[in-house]
Amino acid sequence: MHELSIVASIVDSVTETLAAYPGATVKEVRLRVGALASVIEDSLQFCYGIAIEGTRLAGSTLVVKVIPVRMHCEKCAREVEISSLQSFRCPRCDEPLSEMLQGRELEIESIEIDEVEEPV
Amino acid sequence: MTTRIVELRQGILKKNDELARGLRTQFEEAGVLVLNLVSSPGTGKTEFLQRTLKELVNSGKKAAALVGDLETDNDARRLAASGAPVRQINTHGICHLEAEMISRHLEGWNLAELDYLFIENVGNLVCPSSYDLGEKIRVALLSVTEGEDKPLKYPTLYNSADVAVITKVDIADAVGFDRAAALKNIKEIRPGIRIFETSAKTGVGMPEWLAYLAQTKSKSS
Repeated sequence: MHELSIVASIVDSVTETLAAYPGATVKEVRLRVGALASVIEDSLQFCYGIAIEGTRLAGSTLVVKVIPVRMHCEKCAREVEISSLQSFRCPRCDEPLSEMLQGRELEIESIEIDEVEEPV
Repeated sequence: MTTRIVELRQGILKKNDELARGLRTQFEEAGVLVLNLVSSPGTGKTEFLQRTLKELVNSGKKAAALVGDLETDNDARRLAASGAPVRQINTHGICHLEAEMISRHLEGWNLAELDYLFIENVGNLVCPSSYDLGEKIRVALLSVTEGEDKPLKYPTLYNSADVAVITKVDIADAVGFDRAAALKNIKEIRPGIRIFETSAKTGVGMPEWLAYLAQTKSKSS
């Protein structure tokens, strides 16, 4: 439900970045979204289409890369990936885990832009 | 025409996170323990908080509350009955509180005079988990009427909590609450979390909760 405010923040940040690239057009905006970030891609895409209208991001595509939850298992002394969000246990030894290494990300990784070359 | 990739590596909620960091420093310097209460609508956050405030005020502690709702100041009026200073934050449609709203509503309050500041978030189990408000403790509440599998359905929120509070235990039998299943599900999502089983109506579990608050407060200041 808060995807619209998230998308509005994306538009603001990208617009700020674009100030250094006058005349450039945005092709792609790439996000890294953790599986535990409580953000739904469909909803992000829907809001994105609306929010970029009339901005310098108009016509661009939003690419969402989902980052799986990885935690540290003390017993196995290694990093493990959690495949189900219904149980935060080590998939190898079944130990309950509380130290999260990744999975809450909500970031703009990069943008792909087309720049018009300056006449010499 | 050249195509170029510009790396941003930037948190989308960067502005909120920066503001929240500032608030956290401000709270720590003032020596006030700040708690963010999150749950679905109808869990009994307000009732639980009202009882907490009343007991703290009666024991000579200085506690205040900020309460978020889409509309109305009903909750602020209910909480003010405890004698603690309370301010209502109306989000007008926004489904969660943000750090900026907290910062704006603290104006004029001397934080150094407070022992505790409670933030009652908008009733919602999804969006509030993304927004840091600068709190020290995030409290997830679950009432006995909600279904024991709620933590499994909303893992993002329960996993981000520091403590869990089960509310309305006085009617647990009447609604067929499966206590063992609820405790197991909370622990499955957030291993090691401390769980309080309370009734704001009868006062069950409140002494343990208040003792936890006092202990956390003395540890943090």
